[in-house]
Amino acid sequence: MRVLIPGAAGAIARKVVVRLKNEGHQVVGIDRRPWHDAPVEFHTVDVRKRAAEDVFRKFRPHAVVHMATVTSLVVFGEERYQINLGGTRAVFDHSRAYGVEHCIFVGRHTYYGAGPDSPLFHKEDEPPLALNVFPELADLVAADLYAATALWRFPELATTVLRICYTLGPTGHGTLATFIRGKRVPMVLGFDPLFQFMHEDDVIESIVLTLAKRPKGVFNVAGPQPLPLSRVIAEADRTPIPIPRWVLENMIGRFGFPKLPKGALTHIEYPVVVDASAFREATGFDHRYDELSAVAAFRTAFPRPQ
Amino acid sequence: MRLDRDVAQRVDRIELPFNSIGVDPYGVSKWHLRVGMTSLAALYRWYFSVEATGVEHIPARGRAMLIGNHSGGIAIDGAMVIASCFLEMDPPRLAQGMVEKFLNRFPFANLWTSRTGQFTGLPEHAERLLEEDRLLMVFPEGARGTAKLYRDRNSLVEFGTGFMRLALKTKTPIVPFAVLGGGEAFPTVANGYKLGRLFGVPYVPIVAYGLPIPLPAKIQIQYGAPMVFSGSGNEDDAIVFGYVDQVKEVIARMLAAGAKRRRGDVPQLEG
Repeated sequence: MRVLIPGAAGAIARKVVVRLKNEGHQVVGIDRRPWHDAPVEFHTVDVRKRAAEDVFRKFRPHAVVHMATVTSLVVFGEERYQINLGGTRAVFDHSRAYGVEHCIFVGRHTYYGAGPDSPLFHKEDEPPLALNVFPELADLVAADLYAATALWRFPELATTVLRICYTLGPTGHGTLATFIRGKRVPMVLGFDPLFQFMHEDDVIESIVLTLAKRPKGVFNVAGPQPLPLSRVIAEADRTPIPIPRWVLENMIGRFGFPKLPKGALTHIEYPVVVDASAFREATGFDHRYDELSAVAAFRTAFPRPQ
Repeated sequence: MRLDRDVAQRVDRIELPFNSIGVDPYGVSKWHLRVGMTSLAALYRWYFSVEATGVEHIPARGRAMLIGNHSGGIAIDGAMVIASCFLEMDPPRLAQGMVEKFLNRFPFANLWTSRTGQFTGLPEHAERLLEEDRLLMVFPEGARGTAKLYRDRNSLVEFGTGFMRLALKTKTPIVPFAVLGGGEAFPTVANGYKLGRLFGVPYVPIVAYGLPIPLPAKIQIQYGAPMVFSGSGNEDDAIVFGYVDQVKEVIARMLAAGAKRRRGDVPQLEG
């Protein structure tokens, strides 16, 4: 199968590329970030540019795995809107124009938002919550919903929207891994939300399975049970530092703390946990790593900094 | 046997799918249960000298809904029902309450309710827990029930119908219970609603003796025989109200009988 991967230079995407290549697929990657020793044909181009459309035209992929979205922790402001919405639009428009059969939007489970009155184990039919307190999430939510419109706009194109939980593993990439990288990890005093994450290899497996099974629709993707943040931190051999919310709010971007949108703090107060049973049913997916071995894999690759 | 050791052994015998570090898929944690249940057990045995009867009516396994009255201005009733299921049942069961939404906003309250399986009162939570054959505890009077004043302590206010629709939908037996004594332990003389708004809670219960600390009054909990209703949960309101009234009547009868028994051994605070 010919598979095109926009956003192929990301840490997880690279592993997907290698895995698909090893399985005998013909893979082409595009990303505006370079990938110097890419093992497949790779184009350093923005997915919104004409040159990207040219790749669609020449390569004529059977399937597209759209992994070129960014979070508010990586890219700030207007540009993030352009990448997430403009990029997603381009991917679906080109997919339709150049006869793609299956398009996978790789989204995030943070779509549902975190808040005091949001339930545990969100199902796919639930609307996003708490955008008012975390507006920086809006473009990803919009991209997710926009991608899903392809289900009725382009019925001939099999569309799968994946809402994947946090990733943890040897590459140390992703929101959760970045958050717990340091020796000490801040928590909001009096809160200890559940965090749902999967080992990187399971994430890759879920994407590869989606390509093989072509389920149409929106699916939450998760593996083992979630863990309270304090346990994740302890299992990763880090030290949790509980700080009152109002103090933490004022420390963001100072004293070596990463610059975060204020709303991001709700994600370390309240849980975002999804029900992934529909995905398991549609694809037969089962995780290989439980929650503790996923943390252990991260800890081995990134031992506690001295 | 020392209380904490007894509690620890009971926590180990709770039949929930804990992982190797003692956390279940909902984040219920053995460590937090041990700490929480040790304090509840001390209150249960020595402070409120709780007397629980009819515990055998609660199924040892499988889904069930505990439905009862609110007794007292704060959630002592719920805490003591949880303690009775934990201390009197064999194997012990974790009764999972549906907590008022405002509690989830507060630091520590959020943490402790989440880790001990007392989740925000959302229909999604209730349905999921029942489908996983857990024991759900619901007070259909809601916050109106805890707001009852001392003189109304053994009465019932209006019941919501959500619990009944859910019981019908998930085919869950209802175990009715009556709590007596919460009103004596926390004799509310008035509720400060404006004060409550200031703190972000529905109201602040005010007691005659000033300090918002419960008195060591004896609390009695009586569980009744399980009630099973059949249906889909989509019935007309009139039908559901009828079922709700049946449950309410059973609880009211247990309350009246219990109040009669208590008369004489409890100091009467009113004329």
